[in-house]
Amino acid sequence: MGVCLHGTGELLHMELFEIFEHTFMLRALVGGILISLCAALLGVSLVLKRYSMIGDGLSHTGFGALAIGAAAGFPPLEFAIPIVIAAAFLLLRISENGKIKGDAAVALISTSALAVGITVTSLSGVNIDIESYLFGSILALSDSDIVLCVIVFAVVMTMFILFYNKIFAVTFDESFSKAIGMKAGIYNIIIALLTALTTVIGMKLMGTLLISSLMIFPAIISMRIFSRFKTVVISSAVISVIGFFIGLCISFYYSTPAGASVVLVNMFMLLISSTISLIKRRRAAAVSS
Amino acid sequence: MNELIRCENVSFSYENADVLKNLSFSVGEGDYLCIVGENGSGKSTLTKGILGLKQPAEGRIIKSDSLRSGGIGYLPQQTPAQKDFPASVSEVVFSGLLGRSGFHPFYTKKDKQDAYDNIKRLGLEGLIKRSYRDLSGGQQQRVLLARALCAGKKILLLDEPVTGLDPIVTEEMYKIIEELNHEEKITVIMVSHDISSAVKYASHILHLNYDKSFFGTANDYLNSPIGRRFFSDE
Repeated sequence: MGVCLHGTGELLHMELFEIFEHTFMLRALVGGILISLCAALLGVSLVLKRYSMIGDGLSHTGFGALAIGAAAGFPPLEFAIPIVIAAAFLLLRISENGKIKGDAAVALISTSALAVGITVTSLSGVNIDIESYLFGSILALSDSDIVLCVIVFAVVMTMFILFYNKIFAVTFDESFSKAIGMKAGIYNIIIALLTALTTVIGMKLMGTLLISSLMIFPAIISMRIFSRFKTVVISSAVISVIGFFIGLCISFYYSTPAGASVVLVNMFMLLISSTISLIKRRRAAAVSS
Repeated sequence: MNELIRCENVSFSYENADVLKNLSFSVGEGDYLCIVGENGSGKSTLTKGILGLKQPAEGRIIKSDSLRSGGIGYLPQQTPAQKDFPASVSEVVFSGLLGRSGFHPFYTKKDKQDAYDNIKRLGLEGLIKRSYRDLSGGQQQRVLLARALCAGKKILLLDEPVTGLDPIVTEEMYKIIEELNHEEKITVIMVSHDISSAVKYASHILHLNYDKSFFGTANDYLNSPIGRRFFSDE
């Protein structure tokens, strides 16, 4: 990684904006912010629909698909996207039909895909950098990765804004939405599709193991502080970007792994928000008594 | 009197086992119908049938044309996920408007005015900015009732609306529903466990019991064998 070329002492003196004069850092910043935004928007709905682990399951599926794609000589990301989308449909279908419960379905699919991925990697003999799949390679984004990020961001943003009211309705109360004639199934599919897209691109940034944190942490943090859906959605977008930015800077200054640093920053923000919500509740209790 | 919903010899089955057989009843404008019956008697299946979410295995359910435009105002049972859901009262009530908006992405001014009218009608003006999850059980039910009114002005379908409410709030809820029925002439279909309140408030009773269901006015129900059996126990 480029970071290691510099001495830490010299880095600490660098002005904040100077670190983004490095092209690889600028790419990481742009790609990361775009994907963090997508993940945060979708995350609110996923957490509330009790689908928190879906990002995790999909990213493992993505890992399996990437391994197969690389072994067969296809461009890995482009190969993985349709497979992960298919897995997203499958997961939703299974949890709806109820023979296997949602959380069990996620665990089954994600471990199977992981097993397939690792086996294919070792059999194919192709030298695939497993570590970069598992932990991401945000500092090694190419121009085409950035283009992909921009496309995914545009799609997720547009769909989310256009279907915002409907996404709220199916998240809050699916049976009511169906009863008033909304095609709840379509909106579930849209959520699954957008989640799949975000997950595959996010894997490149955060890695298979950490991508779901981008979806879950900001949503949980905002839900503790705010109590309207709209505020929760907006604040989790903001929190997500802040968390990513701080995490990336820390990883640059201290040469820590980028994905893990972002998750740790999020964890820290969760602790703060828990404290805030505790104080809020204490105050409310004091006022009412 | 105008008929809104008519069920003709309807049967429902789940995985090839019949739940309800040969059921016929009708709901007229301004009626207050209570659907009662034991657990597993097919109350929720019939609810889905009325909403058009489940097709009957035999027979048919006919809805009048006037229901097509406005739809049915449905008040479902609450889900566990809603307990900690961050949503303001207005956000929840507004979502009742979505049935009519089709693919239009945002609410129109007229829609919003409709929603505010329903919020006022149920005395929720003071709570509009409050979070749904911080409200009491009775207030939450009123919010869901306002949302139901946004979805359907003519007919309400209430699925056990007083479950989990304390006796005073339960009585309030029954009063609100009675007012909507009497003063605003809104037709009410209520699924209920509470047979004595059903008889007290409803104009008609549908007691589900596989292939020997009872349908008639509340008075007839009290004199019917099935109704007498229930009330002699008390």
